[in-house]
Amino acid sequence: MPASACDREEEVSTKVATVPSARKNLRPKTYAMILLMVILNPFGNIFLGKGMKRIGAMSSWAPSDVFHFFFRAFATSTIWIGIGLLLAFFVAYLLVLSWADYSYVQPSSALANGLTALLALLVLHEVITPLRWAGVLLICLGVFVVGHTHPRTTEQS
Amino acid sequence: MLTAFIFYLLIIFSGTGGEMCVSRAMKTVGEVTDFRPRSIGRTILLALKVPWMWLGVGMMAVGFFSLLGMLSIANVSFVFPATALSYGVGALGGKFFLGERITAQRWAGVALVAIGVALVVIGKG
Repeated sequence: MPASACDREEEVSTKVATVPSARKNLRPKTYAMILLMVILNPFGNIFLGKGMKRIGAMSSWAPSDVFHFFFRAFATSTIWIGIGLLLAFFVAYLLVLSWADYSYVQPSSALANGLTALLALLVLHEVITPLRWAGVLLICLGVFVVGHTHPRTTEQS
Repeated sequence: MLTAFIFYLLIIFSGTGGEMCVSRAMKTVGEVTDFRPRSIGRTILLALKVPWMWLGVGMMAVGFFSLLGMLSIANVSFVFPATALSYGVGALGGKFFLGERITAQRWAGVALVAIGVALVVIGKG
């Protein structure tokens, strides 16, 4: 990393003081933030997908068609709801990464796949194959196993 | 074939690497303890001053567009299960790039999640 980047990193880390007492609340707030991510991500994708289906496929790559496609996309409220939910997901992701291990957050957020399957069954009335249910079960088991490790194994800067 | 392979490498390494850079940037900013909107906004502005954040977002964008490129030349039923490898790469990156301690229990959980994600996509029907 370049020297200026190191300086900047040190400068920023001194601006935000860490609170030692917060360590004991680490697990509940990590669970809460991951739950938020797991809810926001599939709902964001569903709204975005519904919005994109409503406006239909782009007819050609001609500049005027591309412009009209994006104009229709950004004039669709469903797409804005999807973008808003995905932005909120990204903020939650950033916040949880400020204290928890990446190797803890990344597999745990895969629970979103389980929720997506559940939403597909309950909202979209899709058929869920036994193989897919087996996958959901394995994800839940994996998240349970990862969830029993400590969310943070590194020292806070 | 070569194009698909390059896209695949970019999805796994650029996408996951980007997330690790973002994680590093957020660790630099420090643990968030105040969740009021103004404080969250301030934290995000601070994060944007860390070069790792820009590198991470850029790499994630490359990973995302590679995914779109890969989807244009390969089947969804192949692409998404194959990306389950990113969980393994993520754990390795967590260990060697971010200095996280990956216990056997965490490795086991990561493996279960990776297999589970692959099955969910294969079993889409």
